[in-house]
Amino acid sequence: MGTALVETLRGAVRFAGSRRGAPVTIRVDGVAIAAHDGETVATALLAAGLRAVRTSAIRREPRGPLCLMGTCQDCAVEIDGATDLACQRFVRDGMVIALVDGAGA
Amino acid sequence: MKPGVAVIGGGPAGIGAALSAARAGLAVTLFDEQPGAGGQVYRPLPAPFAADSGPDAEVGRRLRAELAASSVDARFARKVWFVGPAADGYEVRAVGPEGAETLTAPRLIAATGTTERIVPFPGWTTPGVMGLAATTIMLKAQHLLPGANVVVAGVGPLLAAVAVGILKQGGRVAAVVDLAGVGEWAAAMPAMAARGDLLARGIGWVAQIKRAGVPMLARHAVVAVDGGDRVTAVHVAPVDASGRPSGPSRTIAADSLAIGHGLIPATEIPRILGAAVEYDAARGGWITRADAYGATTVPGLYVAGDGAGIAGAAAALEGGRLAGLAAARDAGVLPADRFAAESAPLLAASRRAARFGGAMARMMAIRPGLVAAIAHDTVVCRCEDVTRGEIDEAIGAGARDVNQLKSWTRCGMGPCQARICGDVVGELIAPAVGGRLAAGISTARPPLRPLPYHALAGTFAYDELNLPAPAPS
Ligand code: FES
Repeated sequence: MGTALVETLRGAVRFAGSRRGAPVTIRVDGVAIAAHDGETVATALLAAGLRAVRTSAIRREPRGPLCLMGTCQDCAVEIDGATDLACQRFVRDGMVIALVDGAGA
Repeated sequence: MKPGVAVIGGGPAGIGAALSAARAGLAVTLFDEQPGAGGQVYRPLPAPFAADSGPDAEVGRRLRAELAASSVDARFARKVWFVGPAADGYEVRAVGPEGAETLTAPRLIAATGTTERIVPFPGWTTPGVMGLAATTIMLKAQHLLPGANVVVAGVGPLLAAVAVGILKQGGRVAAVVDLAGVGEWAAAMPAMAARGDLLARGIGWVAQIKRAGVPMLARHAVVAVDGGDRVTAVHVAPVDASGRPSGPSRTIAADSLAIGHGLIPATEIPRILGAAVEYDAARGGWITRADAYGATTVPGLYVAGDGAGIAGAAAALEGGRLAGLAAARDAGVLPADRFAAESAPLLAASRRAARFGGAMARMMAIRPGLVAAIAHDTVVCRCEDVTRGEIDEAIGAGARDVNQLKSWTRCGMGPCQARICGDVVGELIAPAVGGRLAAGISTARPPLRPLPYHALAGTFAYDELNLPAPAPS
């Protein structure tokens, strides 16, 4: 529990007054994470405090989303079994995400 | 049947091009990656969010309504991964929600916008370091603050826009760190006054930042980020006009960093189609050679918006409209006198907007001293983890341009296809080979976007795809 709280605190922060889409749950490496319809996988992960989503090709260093516009490829994770860009996909209830190499987790 | 035009990109330039071409009588097909039109500046909030307000949201809404009411066949959530010449024009291949699609059109307008430049520094690959453009998307299109305590750094109008966007939501900005000096802003004022509305908005932003008590460090750069798997602190130091650090650094506690060192025009599509490009640092770097209406050196191919040279969103809309008119004129559906009458006021408006945008572009031009200061063991190419030291070694061993450097070091060979590092790498090799023209630009080839294999399965032979080789493990 303590860890989960710290993770949440250091993540990206949803606007207090924003009216978001319906709540959905995605599973990230087996852990249930709350998100909202209309959020991308990348922003849902960031808001959950998961900034490191993969490890780099050679040095195996932690990486996370950099550009959010489909350019940098540093948000590539496994979404429902296939590698895809987290910033270019919207969350769906029950979506299964695997962080690539379990980076930073 | 009406003659057609394909428009790639649904930002202000693409929307302007599509609307004016359609009104002039062309059958227009528009492709964009996003679920709705607007590009990066006018990007819509996804439908599940409640609607937003603000000037950019208003412009975006108006443009989307105009597009929806037009005859334009607007196809969103499409990744255009291939363009090539066809017997009767151009072939465009895309994948979307319904799978693969192919379109042939006699004319093509590329309105593909920009990517953001980030000049590497120790720790720039740390999760929690994100682009200013990325942060803008977070704020505007996802209603998310990047963290609880954010350093906003880099250069250009996005600095203040991002800082204000965070403050407005009650977020904390630890500091605004600007490469440009106060004198540079003063020198840009006369040109910025060409768009008094945008200038006034910018001045308002700065006042808000000051009122919030946020330290604004002019002529400073981020020189390092501490953290490892997350940001814990940002080190900043004064720089000279070229961006070279010129004094002792100080440490700012933060949990995230939004940083961008300017915008780079996306020129892949025109280059693949053989259009001439030229190098102009003051307009973002490599740009497609085009006339005032966006016509390139290749018949039937036009460019519009920041992808044709950085001039800003306001100029992009007018520039797009001009390209749409030019395509209609060349297709024979818009007589010369009507073209002249309709393009004249657009040309004047686009020049006004481009004066403002041009001043911003000059400020956002790559700063050679910042690039020269990249440390030996700092990763430059994120995809393949290639360091400055490895690049210098290859230059020392005789690599003469960016493509040679790529095959020697794998720098720029990864899945981002040099879009993140290419500009900086060109600047690194330039002094050794006699400048940016000689350093060249990374060869563009399809696929324009790496695609999940399943998205294309069955639509082509595997060896049609010129995929970058996988990284050795
Ligand atoms: S964050 Fe750069 S491609 Fe997704």
